[in-house]
Amino acid sequence: MPRETTMDKSKMVVVEGSYAVAHSVKVCRPNVISAYPITPQTHIVEDLSQFMADGEIPNCEYINVESEFSALSALVGSSAVGARSYSATTSQGLELMHEVLFNVSGMRLPIVMTVANRAVSAPISIWNDQQDSIAQRDTGWIQLYAENIQEASDMTAQLFKISEDKDIMMPSMACMDGFILSHVYEPVVLLEQDITDEFLPPFNPERTLDPSNPLTFGAFADPNYYTEFRYLQEQAMQTALKKIETVADEFSDMYGRYFGGLIDEYQTEDADIIIMAMGSIVGTIKDVIDRLRENNVKVGLLKVRAFRPFPAEAIKNVIKDAKVVVVLDKNISLGMNAGALFIETKSVLYNTDIDVPVTGYMIGHGGRDIPTSTIDKIIDDAKEIMKSGIKTESQFTDLKEELV
Amino acid sequence: MKIVPGAVCEAGTSRANKTGGWRTFKPVYDYDKCIKCKLCELLCPDSAVKPREDGYFEFDYDFCKGCGICANECPKDAITMELEEK
Repeated sequence: MPRETTMDKSKMVVVEGSYAVAHSVKVCRPNVISAYPITPQTHIVEDLSQFMADGEIPNCEYINVESEFSALSALVGSSAVGARSYSATTSQGLELMHEVLFNVSGMRLPIVMTVANRAVSAPISIWNDQQDSIAQRDTGWIQLYAENIQEASDMTAQLFKISEDKDIMMPSMACMDGFILSHVYEPVVLLEQDITDEFLPPFNPERTLDPSNPLTFGAFADPNYYTEFRYLQEQAMQTALKKIETVADEFSDMYGRYFGGLIDEYQTEDADIIIMAMGSIVGTIKDVIDRLRENNVKVGLLKVRAFRPFPAEAIKNVIKDAKVVVVLDKNISLGMNAGALFIETKSVLYNTDIDVPVTGYMIGHGGRDIPTSTIDKIIDDAKEIMKSGIKTESQFTDLKEELV
Repeated sequence: MKIVPGAVCEAGTSRANKTGGWRTFKPVYDYDKCIKCKLCELLCPDSAVKPREDGYFEFDYDFCKGCGICANECPKDAITMELEEK
């Protein structure tokens, strides 16, 4: 039974995406926030700084640091002492954190971080794609991708609950498209304090750093033990697969809002063509689907909300009866000529009975606009594949041949 | 023994992990030259120089990695680095 979102209009306000997220963080009662500015994430930590100045976040330390490496390193310490810890970053900032990302997940510290997805230099670009967080997919962080501002802000509370589960204890990234979601004003319901106090219990980890009971975190593991630590992290990710679903359901029951668990579906039931995508592009695709459905084109959308852990079974279930699957990626694995979601989707279909053609489009790099006409063109290609099979497995979209 | 997620364990684990075995050269004092200036104790990166009751020092070979900083910095050349014999 599909869950519906009914928005209470009397509770809706028009705010910037960054403000909605900062408000959610405040409502989650963080104990430590580390902040280093980088476009397009800066408004989030600026708004949090304002909340701090206004005395709206009790029992919280706001730490200005000198780099993103320090921003996350500071949270390693704070999370280990049992403080609910938050930061936000993007692009080069996230890449600078790379080494610390592994430490956080290896020490099983349930930090939540918003990533305002942005392209990675060089060439320098401040605009949106998802290369930054995709490049960090192997670091042991849960990654959810938001479709709109409401989802990005609601996701914050969900992720604290998922990450801090005692059987999971893994950090997570709430990924929202930079500018497209971080800087846009939309009507939203700001995360409700009273419901959140019920939904999200206080952070109470089993093991904490405490001078009266000294512990070592992330101790030396020689070759006799290292493998087993990785195994436990993978098990935690598998546990998170279930938890992401149950937390989304619980959130829906308590707040009345639902944007999918691991995935979400739109018009997929009878669809011949299923488009898979992550993030704000999902809204554009839904508009195109609405129009094409009027002309009886059987096209549907599989929104991938969780990229890590990867929802292999959920995806297989949705696409098993489709005639073509089209995967859109705002990233590229250079040297593979394909985007990550396309690569992963293909890989989970191997060794199964599902024999559906999968085609990939790398799209929207460095903030390149994605008009509905581009989605139309991709769907026309998919119709052609239904007739005569795949000719090009993976390709760049709207490439300006005259420039190269 | 079960491992603990996050590799969390009691503090002071570096005491259990004896790193003296990494050493190729071992430092040896010539107490006739030593003036008890404490530079070796101060500069040892592994806290492997221990003070003795008589004011001189001795090496803790369980943790000395043989880096040779003490011998290099000793103002009286009272420390020599000798090849470890197996």
